[in-house]
Amino acid sequence: MAEAGQDKAPALEAANEFELRVGLSRQVPEMNIRTGLATGEIGFLHSFTTGSAVDGPGIRLVAWLAGCMFRCRFCHNPDTWTLTNGLPVPFERAVEELRTYANGLKVMGGGLTLSGGEPLMQARFVARLFAAAKAMRVHTAIETNGFYAERLSDEELSNIDLVILDMKGFTPAQHERVTGVVDNARVIAFGERLARLKRPMWLRFVLVPGLTDVPGEMAALADYAAGLGVVQRVEVLPFHQMGAFKWARLGLDYDLEATQPPSAQQVAAAIGVFRAAGLDAC
Amino acid sequence: MSDSILKPSPTAEKAPPAFAAGLWSREIDVRDFIQEHITPYDGDESFLEGPTARTTAIWARLQAMFVEERKKGVLDISQIPSTIIAHEAGYIDRDNEVIVGLQTEAPLKRAIMPNGGFRMVLTSLKTYGYEPDPAVVETFSKYRKTHNEGVFDAYTEAVRRCRSSHVLTGLPDAYGRGRIIGDYRRVALYGVDRLIESKRAEKAALDDAWSTDEIIRDREELSEQIRALAELKVMAAKYGFDISGPATTAKEAVQWLYFGYLAGVKEQNGAAMSLGRVSTFLDIYFERDLASGALTESLAQEIIDDFVIKLRIVRFLRTPEYDDLFSGDPTWVTESIGGLGDDGRALVTKTSFRFLQTLYNLGPAPEPNLTIWYSPRLPEGFRRFTAKVAIDTSSIQFESDEIMRREWGDDGAIACCVSPMRLGHQMQFFGARANLAKCLLYAINGGRDEVSGEQIAPPFEPVQGDDLDFEDVLIRYERMMDWLAGTYVSAMNVIHYMHDKYAYERIEMALHDYAPFRTMAFGIAGMSVVADSLSAIKYAKVKVVRDETGLIVDYLIDGAFPVFGNNDNRVDHLASWLVSTFMEKLRKYPTYRHARHTQSVLTITSNVVYGRNTGNTPDGRRKGDPFAPGANPMHGRDTHGIHASAASVAKIPYRDAEDGISLTTTLVPSGLGRTAEDRITNLTGILDAFFGSTGYHMNINVLNRDTLLDAMEHPENYPSLTIRVSGYAVNFVRLTREQQLDVINRTFHGG
Repeated sequence: MAEAGQDKAPALEAANEFELRVGLSRQVPEMNIRTGLATGEIGFLHSFTTGSAVDGPGIRLVAWLAGCMFRCRFCHNPDTWTLTNGLPVPFERAVEELRTYANGLKVMGGGLTLSGGEPLMQARFVARLFAAAKAMRVHTAIETNGFYAERLSDEELSNIDLVILDMKGFTPAQHERVTGVVDNARVIAFGERLARLKRPMWLRFVLVPGLTDVPGEMAALADYAAGLGVVQRVEVLPFHQMGAFKWARLGLDYDLEATQPPSAQQVAAAIGVFRAAGLDAC
Repeated sequence: MSDSILKPSPTAEKAPPAFAAGLWSREIDVRDFIQEHITPYDGDESFLEGPTARTTAIWARLQAMFVEERKKGVLDISQIPSTIIAHEAGYIDRDNEVIVGLQTEAPLKRAIMPNGGFRMVLTSLKTYGYEPDPAVVETFSKYRKTHNEGVFDAYTEAVRRCRSSHVLTGLPDAYGRGRIIGDYRRVALYGVDRLIESKRAEKAALDDAWSTDEIIRDREELSEQIRALAELKVMAAKYGFDISGPATTAKEAVQWLYFGYLAGVKEQNGAAMSLGRVSTFLDIYFERDLASGALTESLAQEIIDDFVIKLRIVRFLRTPEYDDLFSGDPTWVTESIGGLGDDGRALVTKTSFRFLQTLYNLGPAPEPNLTIWYSPRLPEGFRRFTAKVAIDTSSIQFESDEIMRREWGDDGAIACCVSPMRLGHQMQFFGARANLAKCLLYAINGGRDEVSGEQIAPPFEPVQGDDLDFEDVLIRYERMMDWLAGTYVSAMNVIHYMHDKYAYERIEMALHDYAPFRTMAFGIAGMSVVADSLSAIKYAKVKVVRDETGLIVDYLIDGAFPVFGNNDNRVDHLASWLVSTFMEKLRKYPTYRHARHTQSVLTITSNVVYGRNTGNTPDGRRKGDPFAPGANPMHGRDTHGIHASAASVAKIPYRDAEDGISLTTTLVPSGLGRTAEDRITNLTGILDAFFGSTGYHMNINVLNRDTLLDAMEHPENYPSLTIRVSGYAVNFVRLTREQQLDVINRTFHGG
């Protein structure tokens, strides 16, 4: 699947984690995109990699799906916002690729992680792929902002072994400030639904100095997460600037140019907030 | 200093209970002794002890010498031609050494070993500003011929052309061939007298055989072996030890065994002087002494630490050309650790852990080359500890116990980097490697060298027209590989005939059975370059560019093509095809002493030199750019992550690369997991998956690129920064700048 030389068709994988990828499915007729989305026959992938150790337990195959409804100011992959930046991949092709890794993923205590973008923008494709993975007895995880979680039925959710929920803020005002979307009730409701269904989850929180490191916000998130009773781990991800160039290349206004990554002390303090609530944080 | 052994005592204080007799006591059979007496350990590393004050002090004393050595290139040279008994006893700090013995009379003082090649000795002396001793010069120019001279008396013109064009590189024709491992454990288990007796019986058995060339040579070799064993006793006596009988304590067992090894490295400067598989053997003695209260854990660790200090200061005198190929002064004191027995028990003992613990007690280091015989069936505590050591030190390598045990039994050891052999029953004729990327360019150019334009292979019509046609190139390539394979086997036969004649490994072979199984280990470089080139020709359009003499010197690629290292069968199968095809061709040509043909996909650091001497290739690689090391995908082309990259390499069939397939992987610490525990779990998972399938070898570095960049700028801050290259480890700061850049340009997974 990897290609070198002067590409005619774009490669499925990015040359590196931060390769800018745009317009990969520009030539796909809109009609096909709609049908693909509705049936899950086609997925639009930014890229995929193997051997990831930081997207759920064990060593995992991770596919980043294109398309997101949030516009997080710290996003390091803004080229995943638009569906048409993804490469169209037939469902069967994705299953076939997964199958070649299935055994190794099991041995490595890993599995399949679907991330994005926001994978639930393509909920049908996601649901079908997870069902296929479970049929191979491969562990499944989703990294999601939870906004479109109602697109998955409880049965479909049961095919997801681990939900890694990225939470950007607890109050609607903060949520809007970070993501541009005010309504985070659905995100909170999704956490509660997982708790009700007793589905295991991890919480992710990106620590951006001056933006997300609001003490009250972090404490409220921690309390909320601790109250769910299903949060196995909280991961505090330090903000970085490696995606900054993409904002410039895409002609987007990036207002975190001057923001420094958090210091080790700041990260430790944030982890402390979650630990204080009784959560396992790192 | 209370918890320390201050003085080596030649006799045991109190005779420990004898080991129960068995097959091993009736005949020379170390494996049987291990199987009968091993105490497998399935716990974790929590029992281990740190260094004693004595260990730390002696290691600190050496540190100062290392600084001086790095500055001067060599600390000192002894011009007494080295033999087992040529030098008097030497010490680092006589009163404080637990295990004694040095190659010369002073630490880090290098010996000359002219039998391999006197030219190399002269070049080395000149390089380091020493005037050659006239008596030695006279001896080796007037009276004594060397291996190197013998080889060049018998080389064919074709071999000479291939050497100078670098399509064959690194042949052991000017120095010791190495990659022979004496079973040094025999010295401890049986004592030297019993070994001499056994060799005499082997020789006597030949009295009834007719005196053919082979039998005459065998008789002479056995006589030399017996002589070497007698010298081994004399050497030990210089240190105050009588090793004619078996060792009785753990400390003696280590000392006896080390004397055997020391005799080997006093007489041979082989490219790789590996140790074998000693830790679990020694553990039997340690268990007995710990049980009787003669040793504490701290004292046990101190013995191993001191032994490992000795192994870390093995030195050979080498030339700049050699260093260019194999950088960082490697000696490949490879020790094989772990693995399973045929009965399914793990051969993991507490002493397996103690060897690994030296990387904490003495700090990371490239030597000894600690090599884990890995299987997902090994105890979890051991697997996790090896992963932890790899993460913390980047100093150890992993090889498939499953593959090697199936082929070579459960008492094998690695020589050099990836070459497995049955310990004491098998040896190899080492043979560097053929540059198969250059060979492809010869195929395209009708046997002309793409750099010099000279006709190297017998001439035939070069590629016609502007576009490369896959089928046409393949036919030409097979023909060229066939010629190269023949030339290569011929060169190897000459080299090993002459090495046996002029630089026979007397003591190492004395620690083998009579008539050991012999392999002739060929090698290839440029596998991934060729696979990608063939893929470009097959799946894209490749146009040739000729110079004014009609020589094809460059390639224009139009279109995309799959590249090796992404788990894509379209190209991965081309790599496998290449390995199997060249192996098939090698097998057609008979070998010296009926050795079995084997092949490795391993380059060590020579991938840089191979690349430097190779023109533009059809995959888009530019003239002079390094190849990928060993069986690695080309730098930066394996873009799907480590699982995909390792899966591609694991497809290369071991049956056609029985001398090993080397993969060197670099992982970024943060990419291996968010917590230290996660990282250990995840690396253990990677190893379980790779070695649970058909993966053969994995070198693991856990490093950030920034660390390496900083080490290039400020080497003084990184004296012990160790990294794995293909098949061994080096101090990063001792690599050439070109090699450092090559390491930095490799794929870092998870970055």
